[in-house]
Amino acid sequence: MNSVEGVAIASGGGAPSIFLRDITKAYGETLALNNVSLDLRAGEVHALLGENGAGKTTLMKILYGLTQPDSGQIKADGVVLQINSPRDARAAGIGMVTQHFSLVKNMTVVENIALADAKTFSIDLGGVRGAIVASSARYGLDVPPDAIISKLPIALQQRAEILKALMSGCSYLILDEPTAVLGPQDIDSLLEVIRRLRSDAGIGIVLISHKMAEIEKVADRVSVLRRGQVVSSSLANGITSKELVTLMVGQPSSPVAPRKRTPSEGQDAILVLESVAVNTETGGLSNVNFEVRPGEILGIAGVSGNGQTELVNILSGTLGIDSGTISVEGTQLGENTPQSLMRAGVGILGEDRHASAVHGLKVVENLVLDCLESFTNKLQLDRKKMDSHCESAITEFEIKATANQAFGTLSGGNMQKVLLARLFSRKPKVAIISQPTRGLDVTATKYVRSLIGQACSDGTAVLLVSEDLDEILELADRIAVMYRGSVIGIVDHSQASRESVGELMAGIAK
Amino acid sequence: MKARFALRASTPWWRGPLLIGIAGLVTILISSIIIRWAGGAPIPAARYIFISPLQSRFGFTEALLSATPLVFTGAAVAIAFRAGYWNIGAEGQLLAGTIGATWVGINAESLPRFVGVPLILLSGMLFGALWALSPALLRTRLGIDEVVTTLLLNPVALLIITGLLNGPWRNTETGFPDSDVIADSTKLWIIWPDTRVHFGLAVGVVIIGLCWWFVGKMSGGLKLRAVGLAPNASRIAGLPVERTLLTTALVSGGIAGLGGASEIAGVAHQLTTGISNNFGYTGVIVATLAALSFIGALFVALMFGVITVGSFSASRALEIPTTIGQVLQAVLLLTVVSALVIQKYQVIWTTNKSKNRE
Amino acid sequence: MIDVTQEIIGSSLRIATPLALAALGELVTEKSGVLNLGIEGIMYGSAFVGIATAAQTGSLSTGLLAALVTGALAGLIFAFITVTLGVNQHVAGLGLTLLMISFCNTANRIIFTSDGGQVRVDPWQPFNFGGPIFSQYWMTYATFLIAVPFTWWLLWRSGLGLKIRAVGENPEAADVAGIGVAKTRYTAIIIGSLLMAAGGAFITLAFVGTFTINIINGRGWVALALVIFGRWKIGRLLAGAALFSMVNAGQLQLRLLPSFSDVPFELLLALPFLAVIIGLAISGRNVSYPGAYLKPYKRL
Repeated sequence: MNSVEGVAIASGGGAPSIFLRDITKAYGETLALNNVSLDLRAGEVHALLGENGAGKTTLMKILYGLTQPDSGQIKADGVVLQINSPRDARAAGIGMVTQHFSLVKNMTVVENIALADAKTFSIDLGGVRGAIVASSARYGLDVPPDAIISKLPIALQQRAEILKALMSGCSYLILDEPTAVLGPQDIDSLLEVIRRLRSDAGIGIVLISHKMAEIEKVADRVSVLRRGQVVSSSLANGITSKELVTLMVGQPSSPVAPRKRTPSEGQDAILVLESVAVNTETGGLSNVNFEVRPGEILGIAGVSGNGQTELVNILSGTLGIDSGTISVEGTQLGENTPQSLMRAGVGILGEDRHASAVHGLKVVENLVLDCLESFTNKLQLDRKKMDSHCESAITEFEIKATANQAFGTLSGGNMQKVLLARLFSRKPKVAIISQPTRGLDVTATKYVRSLIGQACSDGTAVLLVSEDLDEILELADRIAVMYRGSVIGIVDHSQASRESVGELMAGIAK
Repeated sequence: MKARFALRASTPWWRGPLLIGIAGLVTILISSIIIRWAGGAPIPAARYIFISPLQSRFGFTEALLSATPLVFTGAAVAIAFRAGYWNIGAEGQLLAGTIGATWVGINAESLPRFVGVPLILLSGMLFGALWALSPALLRTRLGIDEVVTTLLLNPVALLIITGLLNGPWRNTETGFPDSDVIADSTKLWIIWPDTRVHFGLAVGVVIIGLCWWFVGKMSGGLKLRAVGLAPNASRIAGLPVERTLLTTALVSGGIAGLGGASEIAGVAHQLTTGISNNFGYTGVIVATLAALSFIGALFVALMFGVITVGSFSASRALEIPTTIGQVLQAVLLLTVVSALVIQKYQVIWTTNKSKNRE
Repeated sequence: MIDVTQEIIGSSLRIATPLALAALGELVTEKSGVLNLGIEGIMYGSAFVGIATAAQTGSLSTGLLAALVTGALAGLIFAFITVTLGVNQHVAGLGLTLLMISFCNTANRIIFTSDGGQVRVDPWQPFNFGGPIFSQYWMTYATFLIAVPFTWWLLWRSGLGLKIRAVGENPEAADVAGIGVAKTRYTAIIIGSLLMAAGGAFITLAFVGTFTINIINGRGWVALALVIFGRWKIGRLLAGAALFSMVNAGQLQLRLLPSFSDVPFELLLALPFLAVIIGLAISGRNVSYPGAYLKPYKRL
């Protein structure tokens, strides 16, 4: 019996431990979870760490009944738990606060909490209100019961969500990225709440998070998920952020051969961002400054959720900036719309290949969608030109598809290749590339990376946004690390290592 | 035991036609019950409705005549729906077209025919497009859903017609609330001698061809399809989404209006409140059954023309109401549309004990 | 002058009755996130079945009951097609409307008019409590004194209403809270179609006493418009109904005045439709559609 278990029993965590065993789940051809086993104990904060796509959310969805595993079991007290719906999960004492809250925005806190037990005719809003006040006092979570959710600040909305779970009498509480949407003070309050719940109420907490600093502060146990498997599960004493990042990001599978880099001598930067800032619901950007030179790859590294998505959206023209300037080749962009960006020579490969292309159209049609004028002859589509363009793209980019195939039937890797072909055939001056190898197999990954390297040998300036640190280390000339919506530091590849970049990613600025 | 729907990974090629076949059978079954209730026998009724129009020149040409307005509204709805613009206002746009056509027709005495005919058709088209303008602007500028706005303008168009016919356009000879007969110079030629099949059908077929050509071969057509399938991906690729929607809405209204002009100039020759027999709404059925394809819409329109004429023969011979044809069309729509959706799913039965397995 | 005003108000209440009922029904439906374009057809169908049953059985109440059953059945079919199967709601609704209208016209022909006759019943008479305003049909009293408060209570005070609103706003949240999204939508759709059916039955069983083709005449669409014009709140919805009805009632009086006899009354009848469109345009950007409007929900 080690000390953590002792702590759990001592704090009266009478709830039985929950054991997840050999959970496997596949979505089509992708294996999201591969024989995952995990122990949850009452009165313990168990942190679950992992990159996007590592499987954390899937695992929690299974635990909370939002989806079912293909195989594997959840056991408590020696009995196999049948969790087929959130109702079953709550009956088993499991509560969850999802990342994007499950709250009805235009109803009040009372109404939202009353929802779970609402009978058909009478609802005892007064009774629910009283229960809320009592629970608020008990757990130290003050929320104005009659406030409309959409009018509450995010931190209070989250409190309402937590209260909702607690009030249904849970002994385990899953928190999915709870600090992603909070500012520093609110984060501290939340961590305090977590500590109290664990120690005073004996609740077992599953904390899904990227933020190493918070994990260090509250976790009793840390499990790291990578690519659907548990790569480590141990007590949290004494583990450092750097070690955590390494576990999360992993060792390179094969020695990384850095690409040959030609130093871009004294050329003027082609893409310059100055003091770019934008305010969004989930945080936004503040004071982003960087520049990219022709023939150079600037990697944007960072744990996901630190502003990379907003940055990409700004450079694709789907998110407007509040202040700051974007200049291409010295000319400032008036308004960053897709058209103005394209006209300035900026091309984009978005992070969601499903949202960047029209699935119902053919490959040949998707390839030319952003430059139809070049393939139009007197208002009519020049099919011959489109076909030959498509044929050469298929050959050049090794796309395993036929021109007339529906885009939606392609495999992930080939979809990506089509989108890359579309990006590079236009010979853009600047290429914004986001998560290019996410979800791709080894061969496709290697190929895509070589393509990117090739593009910048041809003089394109590349902005590579990736959560895959290997990728950044392999390809980037300089690495800018994003943390909490701004660039915390820029490292040249000669000084870049897993450690140095990892520190920046963890928020440790030099 | 509970049943759960899950998306199939892939759909075998035969599931679609099989389910549509089942839909057809269900339609026939339901229609047979109604026909029996009406006092007729289903099999002779089916023969009258589906076969007899094809057996005589008169029947066939009358079917073509009935199909003509549906060719226009089917095309109008199909092109709008293809772009993701839910134009439920084809009825009103067609009626607006009849207004425009009548205005030209009753004021165009001394024109040669090769001027009068294009003029009346053009007028119908313009009025139809105009009627489609405000909902389209509300959608593209203010993001207001076009379903309700286009729908509400339908009764308004009819009210305008009623007002005109009770007022300034009241028949000067008979005093009845229908308009004067249009000038001969604006009447459409009969293209099948000794029948009522008129030039409007030819125009309709040409429109279908143009739509097919445009959407399939033109750059603008590709934009239209992209916007309809994935407006966000299209926006990212730099396509002018709002402008495409606006243009499509106007074209759709114009085609429907043209259909209205075709009715006035080709067969009715005057405006009455009964000028449209739900042509606009039926256009939605036609387009949907054709899976939004234009050539398909042409065939479905022809089929509906056959059904309409066949229903008349059935009604005369078996003394069942003529509206049985419309019932058939509506049931067919609901069954086919359900079948098309069902083919993508499979039913999974789960028991409370076992974990879900497929 | 006072007499005329009283006449107008009295007529307005009567004219507003079917509109209010149908609009309330569509409101409940749309609050759950579903658009029911079958409203015109359901009113038509229930109007016909109501009077046909009343004629055959000699009892108006039985007719009303039959009308309500028709409405519930139509709602059930619509719910199955759109909620369970997930068919496009526009197409399903329009299909339902066209089906109901053509079916009832067919049935009308078979049963009543094949020999040139027309179905007729002795409609309900208004209860006269004095003056034009207070001599209304019982259904009018029931609508404004019972149906309106009931709907308000249902949506904003009952547990079911809470579920309906949650499902219409954020079905994922409702699902996570353990609320059956499909079941709730079915319930909302059927309650809605019952109200619509009541509206349709009123027209034949109380207002007119007979059935003619085109008896609903677009009033279903007006009711639909009133819901949106009312921004999914009962107060504004009723205000819109009042506006439409008063214009309708008023135009009869207006035509008697010399200066107005030239204004085509069709224009006045068209005003409410236009008013709704203009109202949408003005408040359009801020119109808060129920969050899950038109989106079918499937937890896969």
